[in-house]
Amino acid sequence: MIPEFDWGVFLSEPWNSYQIETTMKIVGMGFLVSAACGWIGVFLIVRRMALIGDAISHSVLPGIVLAAMLFHTLSGPWIIIGAGLAGFLTTVFIEWIQKHSRIKSDAAIGIVFTSLFALGIVMVSQMKGSVHLDADCVLFGNLAEVATRNGDFILPPNMIQAAIVLGLTILLSLMFYKELLVSSFDPILARSIGIRAGLVHYGKMAWLSVIVVTAFEAVGSVIVIAMLIIPGATALLLSDKLRVALVLSLVHALLSSVIGYHLALWLNSNIPAAMVVAGLLLFGLAWVFSPSQGIIPVWMARRDFSERIALSRSGRK
Amino acid sequence: MAESESESPALEVHDLTVAYHKKPVLWGVDFEIPAGNLVGIVGPNGAGKSTLIKAAMGLLPLSSGWVEMFGEPLEENRHRVGYVPQREDIDWDFPVSVMDVVLMGRYGKLGLFKWPKKEDRRVAEESLAKVKMLPFANRQISNLSGGQQQRVFLARALAQESDMYFMDEPFAGVDAATESAIIDLLRDLKSKGKTVFVVHHDLSTVKEYFDWLILLNTRLVAHGPTEEVFNPDMLGKTYGGQLTVMTEVAEALARDDGLDATRRH
Repeated sequence: MIPEFDWGVFLSEPWNSYQIETTMKIVGMGFLVSAACGWIGVFLIVRRMALIGDAISHSVLPGIVLAAMLFHTLSGPWIIIGAGLAGFLTTVFIEWIQKHSRIKSDAAIGIVFTSLFALGIVMVSQMKGSVHLDADCVLFGNLAEVATRNGDFILPPNMIQAAIVLGLTILLSLMFYKELLVSSFDPILARSIGIRAGLVHYGKMAWLSVIVVTAFEAVGSVIVIAMLIIPGATALLLSDKLRVALVLSLVHALLSSVIGYHLALWLNSNIPAAMVVAGLLLFGLAWVFSPSQGIIPVWMARRDFSERIALSRSGRK
Repeated sequence: MAESESESPALEVHDLTVAYHKKPVLWGVDFEIPAGNLVGIVGPNGAGKSTLIKAAMGLLPLSSGWVEMFGEPLEENRHRVGYVPQREDIDWDFPVSVMDVVLMGRYGKLGLFKWPKKEDRRVAEESLAKVKMLPFANRQISNLSGGQQQRVFLARALAQESDMYFMDEPFAGVDAATESAIIDLLRDLKSKGKTVFVVHHDLSTVKEYFDWLILLNTRLVAHGPTEEVFNPDMLGKTYGGQLTVMTEVAEALARDDGLDATRRH
């Protein structure tokens, strides 16, 4: 049964003076992770590489597990390097299989990411010791715990890392905006003017791995896929300008984190999953109501047009 | 043909071989093209036309041979090369405006971390005006007709301010107005001493449009001034006697002779 919705308990209570800190941390962590994913997701979607995001979110696992085994931590530079390396290798493996066999890219992606993920899961079962990592955590993450964990600073360590990663994601994409844009839109022009499109691609994949691993402990390897794709997909329904879409993906990340948190409190569910459900609702709204592409505005425009034609015809009689 | 012995050729290709999966697409291609020509690249489907221009721009690994531009290695002349892609190669739903696309033509002149400046915008606007697309500058590119899309890419090429252009089938699927706009533009470029390579399919217009031809069918069949190489014998060799094409060729030649005859009067 769905619990009864109580406005006081589920909407205002989380923001009272006792709970606001927890709420801010959880919603904030959700936003930081979802925003970084959504931002790079826009660049993946316009290059029709959403599937690669799917792949990398899984295949970073062996890198994470290996780094966790060696350095007994799930955050910090070693995990990032491990995951970055795993993500980079994923991209290389996929292209290598494509180049040296008749297997096409979709199948190559399917082979590489599932087997690397499987390898990671096998490695997880071998892990013993101080770091907690199990299949549940791999799949769903643990946002509330990660966001409220105590560290050396006021904010939890994972949150600081997520904030830095989001900031760098935006900064890097602005610094290399030209290169990202032209190598996504017209790789041949990019190469003909001396931009190393391959290098841009590998750099993007390595940075994607960094984002994914930053999100990993909080939301797990499945939810992160939704966070990579849904904000960007929603934003691109609402605008046909890349820059506007990037900003809208941040708005989407913020709204889905806030709404999702309340949803999770109401339904007593996993928080990142509720955030994705909220994000999906926003996507649905954009799909139906987007002024330029929405189902209803497009239908209304078509109806108006038909009416006008009918009117002009009857007027002529 | 004007002799330009003192100058090095605009493009020199020597023993060029390119293979995909061990299957040669271009085989031992050799030619020199003098600067200031409109050069048509003609041949059947799969003859390696697009491959030739990609190889000439240094974008493909070569199995053998080399390419020189203006008597120098390719790398030193990247900034002097402009490019117009085939329309099918472009994702028209990509969230960019007409202006964004044309500004990409300026990227080669901008350094790392530099954004387009006023001057770049001015050149982009001028280029758009030349192809009569300035009023569409803020449109998303999917909201354009095929001919308009092609003109946007020509404007981008103009904004590159290059000395040599490679265009992959710019005449494919465009309306008559755009076709004549493109050919005016090509002639304008030629009059400024630019060299333009155009992959071309419509044999009936070859003689009218191009003053130099490269006839290609994996191997180089012939190259040279159009009046010297555009004849049934050479075209027969290029198209390998494909029957439907050969009738087209015959018609094209007949029509061109007719045209020439009317012009002489």
